[in-house]
Amino acid sequence: MTAVLEDTAAPAGARGRTRRRVDWGKWFTWGVLAWLFAPITFMIAFSFNDIQGRHNVTWEGFTLKWYGQAFDHADLTQALLYTLAIGVLTMVIAGTIGSLLGLALGRHRFRGQGTTNLVMFAAICAPEVVLGAALLSLFLLVGIATGFMAILLAHVMFTISFVAITVRARVITLDPNLEEAARDLGAGPWTTFRLVTLPMLFPAIMAGGLLAFALSIDDYIITSFVAGDVTTFPLWIWGATRVGIPPQVNVMGTLIFAVGVTLAVINVVVAKRRRS
Amino acid sequence: MRRKLTPYLLALPGWAWLALFFVVPLAGMASLSLTSGNVITGFEQTFNVANYVDAISTYSEQLVRSLLYGLGATVICVAIGYPAAYWIAFHGGKHKSTYLLLILLPFFVSFVLRTISWKFTLSDNGVVLGTLKSFGLLPADFGVLNTAPAVVLGLAYNFLPFMVLPIYAVLERMDHRVVEAAHDLYASKLQAFLRVVLPISLPGVFAGGLMTFIPTTADYVNASVLGGPGNTMIGSIIQTQYLVNNDYPIAAAITFVLMAVLLLGIFSYARALGTERVMEVQAK
Repeated sequence: MTAVLEDTAAPAGARGRTRRRVDWGKWFTWGVLAWLFAPITFMIAFSFNDIQGRHNVTWEGFTLKWYGQAFDHADLTQALLYTLAIGVLTMVIAGTIGSLLGLALGRHRFRGQGTTNLVMFAAICAPEVVLGAALLSLFLLVGIATGFMAILLAHVMFTISFVAITVRARVITLDPNLEEAARDLGAGPWTTFRLVTLPMLFPAIMAGGLLAFALSIDDYIITSFVAGDVTTFPLWIWGATRVGIPPQVNVMGTLIFAVGVTLAVINVVVAKRRRS
Repeated sequence: MRRKLTPYLLALPGWAWLALFFVVPLAGMASLSLTSGNVITGFEQTFNVANYVDAISTYSEQLVRSLLYGLGATVICVAIGYPAAYWIAFHGGKHKSTYLLLILLPFFVSFVLRTISWKFTLSDNGVVLGTLKSFGLLPADFGVLNTAPAVVLGLAYNFLPFMVLPIYAVLERMDHRVVEAAHDLYASKLQAFLRVVLPISLPGVFAGGLMTFIPTTADYVNASVLGGPGNTMIGSIIQTQYLVNNDYPIAAAITFVLMAVLLLGIFSYARALGTERVMEVQAK
């Protein structure tokens, strides 16, 4: 490992002038990226696979028909809708509650701050299986029904801390002079918050909310514990593995990936333009 | 008076949610783990500690396997993630954020779908192995799936970004002139790395280790999809006991045993790396 690092860490030395050096670090990093993208490439390629039977494993020819029939499996479409609905609700609820918590932690000193940090740290570090099992235990003991509401409660619970940390990081870097200036100009606390603090926090709140959305739509383990009769997109895929995954799953996966990539690219471009 | 109340009012909804759906459920699970009975007659609180003895003696094999697989995946993540993070931080130039974005992009595909995609990619007569076999490069009965390496590599694959990000964050923030200073003081490249860069980056390695070891040990998606029946991990046992067998007391007891073992692992790991670094990571 160090041999790789050392080779790249060196500036072009005397030897480098006579012989073009191989940039092992670059090759290594691109190798890692190739590994990371291998199954994604496979997923996208096989959304165009013209299969006849149930099993989408071997290449049988190119087709676009699955994109036309993307929503032909009614229960799969329903699962995707559940996932998106839960994702959006989680984004709004956890985004709001988590931002308030992040604001309190970043701006104020209060009793119970240490405990709050510890509980958030524990909630982020705890394995999903433990969170799911604990929630199901509570629902069993108290008699809360599993299903849509239970999934929503669970998703908000495990995403709040991520939002709070994202917002807290931004709050800490805010310049308190700006708010003081607003107060000096006669703005009340609410006006100051609405016109000065909130706009400055907005990018962090959006980032936290989107993180909550991404974590929510991706979750399988916690959801499987509290879902009851409701089937979300990841649960549907899991259930279908034994009987063969229809190409529509690849199509939906590809579309979600495309939306994510587009958002990420827009984010990078906007950030670059703002800097220059 | 009103200003003093502000932080409490801001934090209240978050507190309530975390208390009701994280802290209280853990207490509920603790209580459930000490009951006896079954799903038909109902469960009664009897402070039945035997559940823990049962859980440990029945599932010690899966527990040990989970810890070994989690450890293996974490070691692979460090071995692969550290050089990649190092290269991006020190040699990524103006494309640093693009490289980082590329590392994160696979996350836009659902975790379950990514894992299942590996299963199809590596299936015995699939794109990779099938092609190699048709050229006679592999024996016809060669397979990768349903083996321990398939599970460990699958785990490492799914959690690699959790290792790269914290290491990258530390290396990117560090003052690169300290490396020059080490060279000026006649340190060799290896010495400069071992005595300057590595110690500075240890908190990142610690955070990354935490973020990979805990979820990989408790994961069962990779084991179920890539490992087949011979590679059951403890998470799978917990899920089956809860959702299929409805044997809640034993299931709750195993979950607590898993938590205890993980906490023990984290503390010994923290001791090995130096405790002040743990506080550093927690403070962030």
